[in-house]
Amino acid sequence: MFKRTEPTDCSITWQGQAIPARAGEPLAAALIAAGITQFRTTVVSGAPRAPFCMMGSCFDCLVEVNGEANRQACMTLVTPGMAANPMQPEVVGA
Amino acid sequence: MIDLLILGAGPAGMAAAIEASRLGLSVQLLDENAAPGGQVHRNARADARGPGDIQAHAGAKLMAELAASGADCVYGATLWAIEPGPTAFYSVNGAARRVEAKRIILAPGATERALPIPGWTLPGVMGVGAAQTLLKSAGLVPQGEVWIAGQGPLLWLYAAQALAKGGRIAGILDMSDPGAWRRAVWRLPCALRKPRYLMLGLSWMRAVTKAVPVHCGRAIRALGTDRLEAIEIDGVRHAADTLLLHDGVVPNTQITRAIQGLRHEWNEAQRAFRPVLDEYGHTSVAGVMVAGDSGGIGGAWAAALSGRIAAIGAACDLGLFGVEQRDALAGPLMLQRGDELAPRGFLDTLYAPLPVPAAADTILCRCEEVTRGTIDNAAQLGCLGVNQLKAFTRAGMGACQGRTCHPLIHAAMAEARHAPAADMEAMRTRFPTKPLTIGELAALAE
Amino acid sequence: MLGSAIGWGCATRGARVAVLDGGDTALRAARGNFGLVWSQGKGDGLPAYAAWTRASLDAWPALAETISGLIGRDCGLRQQGGLNFCLSDAEFEARRAIVSRLHNQGADTLRMVDRKELQALMPGCRLGEAVVGASYEPRDGHADPLSLLQGFHAGLRAAGAAHLPGPEVVRIEAGRPYVIHRADGARVMAEKIVIACGLGTPRVAAMLGADIPVRPVRGQNIVTERLPPILPLPASAIRQTVHGTVQIGVTQEDDGDPTPFTTTAHMAGMAARAIRVLPELAQARAFRAWGALRPMTPDGFPAYAELDGHPGAFVACCHSAVTLAAMHAGPLAEGIIAGRLPDAVKDLHPSRFARGQNVQAH
Repeated sequence: MFKRTEPTDCSITWQGQAIPARAGEPLAAALIAAGITQFRTTVVSGAPRAPFCMMGSCFDCLVEVNGEANRQACMTLVTPGMAANPMQPEVVGA
Repeated sequence: MIDLLILGAGPAGMAAAIEASRLGLSVQLLDENAAPGGQVHRNARADARGPGDIQAHAGAKLMAELAASGADCVYGATLWAIEPGPTAFYSVNGAARRVEAKRIILAPGATERALPIPGWTLPGVMGVGAAQTLLKSAGLVPQGEVWIAGQGPLLWLYAAQALAKGGRIAGILDMSDPGAWRRAVWRLPCALRKPRYLMLGLSWMRAVTKAVPVHCGRAIRALGTDRLEAIEIDGVRHAADTLLLHDGVVPNTQITRAIQGLRHEWNEAQRAFRPVLDEYGHTSVAGVMVAGDSGGIGGAWAAALSGRIAAIGAACDLGLFGVEQRDALAGPLMLQRGDELAPRGFLDTLYAPLPVPAAADTILCRCEEVTRGTIDNAAQLGCLGVNQLKAFTRAGMGACQGRTCHPLIHAAMAEARHAPAADMEAMRTRFPTKPLTIGELAALAE
Repeated sequence: MLGSAIGWGCATRGARVAVLDGGDTALRAARGNFGLVWSQGKGDGLPAYAAWTRASLDAWPALAETISGLIGRDCGLRQQGGLNFCLSDAEFEARRAIVSRLHNQGADTLRMVDRKELQALMPGCRLGEAVVGASYEPRDGHADPLSLLQGFHAGLRAAGAAHLPGPEVVRIEAGRPYVIHRADGARVMAEKIVIACGLGTPRVAAMLGADIPVRPVRGQNIVTERLPPILPLPASAIRQTVHGTVQIGVTQEDDGDPTPFTTTAHMAGMAARAIRVLPELAQARAFRAWGALRPMTPDGFPAYAELDGHPGAFVACCHSAVTLAAMHAGPLAEGIIAGRLPDAVKDLHPSRFARGQNVQAH
């Protein structure tokens, strides 16, 4: 787990629940700081996933942001009131 | 048309933009992030204190010089194609743009070499570099049952930084080869041409080992159902909610591999492909240059120097001065770069990349969830390399387009075929190298 | 794809088969397969091709069942009709002319549908305003090309056939047996050989004195992220796969450039047309794109022959290896084993190219 060393200054929502955040930080960091461990499930097996690289490379942190699907949470910066949801696509198998 | 387009505002890109602007070129600098710095200098501050401060000071200086340079910096810009011209295509805020430049310097840096272990796709397992980004971008430090496993300088730097900021680390598994010192020791005199790297590294290790139990070994598994619950080291179970993995970094060649005619070569010491470059950073494609770690891992200081050298080379190409003046300007920088690269052989030997796990159920391609066993089976069926492997297994065909798995599946295919990794082709990439909407693409139609 | 299909077809009929294949970065025409199992628009001016295609469509369900069994999952065949969208009255009229010509050549279920009927065929599908209508062939469909290829490979292995990838063929010694020399010095001896080398066909066929003209035509493809169902029926150049991704294709770039790279100009044009068909696609992300080179004969139709003076040496070349897979693995393989190609492909002999029938069609 991770803890913050600096104060939060706004709030965003994850699955409709308010969580504290800092404007301008990566969305993925805000979710991790709030203890969110599952960002999406995979289409191949339905396995849960969370951020792995934090630099836009691995695409494991895909979430829905303000209604837009498949956004990289690590490359999306927090704006106050941002609404995020997990990506839970239908499993189609390999 | 602008003179010089630079991709990536890390040390190489920033230094290239500063130097080229100083020489009088019109410069545009693109970076996907909201601010300059790249991964290494992310949020670097001139008043930074503690582990990594010297690097932060260098980064802050580059950022200040960049801001004053007059270069046109576009942040939040995702480059997704380069075509002959050279012409670059990138998107900002959901709108695609096209820019023509007389020269392009690509400086997309490095990515962490993935360290696949059984269970590494579980939430709670991430890269050490990823955790460092959480620290730099949001001030997050580890707490609870956080473990670190792997090898390399960044592992020790991050642990030291995290502890200095009040973080807590439950334990470290040092996976480096204990015998590597013997193989590396004859490179030590060369490495001491630039003793800073070793001195800093040793100071980080000292600080960390005083506060955190360090285990040695290689047998590690991540356990859990919906998230990481424990790790197992040599059969011994430890509670864990977070596991940070690291096995050095590899050049980011996702863009260069997609450029038609741009030659790459295998670097055996770093077990990765890199573009074939001359001393100025020219690739085999006219007008396209590469600077920094994306041309081969050398670290931030070497990257900044290669950025300046590439800018001087570009200015000469564009007729600002002749080759004599070019060499006079770049000569001292090349000597400095040589010094910065001097410890590389030692480090590459000491931290030779870890072998890909032999266990058949270990996932190597995270996106398509392709295991080592499936890849071995494809090799049995007659698959010769990672390009065909896509058709056989879908490995490398997922959303990340092989960014994470390429070094792993390349190594696994080489082993399965008993062929030298150097003899096998790199995975081809294709533009767009990053997703963009169909609408963005369509807006470029004539 | 073509070679694997023929090889598998021969192996399952008891032949001892070796499939010689290219290296890791060989220019594989199979990468250009769009995945359509398709008859409409094909064979205009060469009824034998149209009939061969329709026969393959009839045989596909059985093939799909076998392939799905070989790979242990659904190979994605959906044969519930296919469309070719018309985005203006002029396109509609031009398409109608082709359809009526093909109708006279035996395509009796192919017809034009107007926008109203199109919407009745695909209730809930939000078509763009530009869509005037389409041609519609109820027997057309699509399948997953990678699954098909994997199925052929699995089938080859199950039938005890050898798959020998790697070095290219550098020389063929004629006679019984034929001796095939590869670049690494290896030799393979065979009573019968089938040259199905895609773009390499002219080079290899020339080793036995045959002139088979084939040129590369580049095709680019774009694949989106997975989307909820938005297009129930596949169409020429746009289809939604069983995985939910939308595949947008496929260009026919006949510019002589033998490299398979993507170009933004072409991708932009493909994207723009796709949005005119389905406006919701504008928000969908393109996750991947690729180009491939498809082997094209002078008239665009397939070519099959036993080579003159070389009994037991056959050549096969086509750019519709998914559609025709059931024929290649079936009657064609049977004919090769019997030493006599099926009558159905008599008119598809490459000797027609020497007679100067260079009409462009596909």
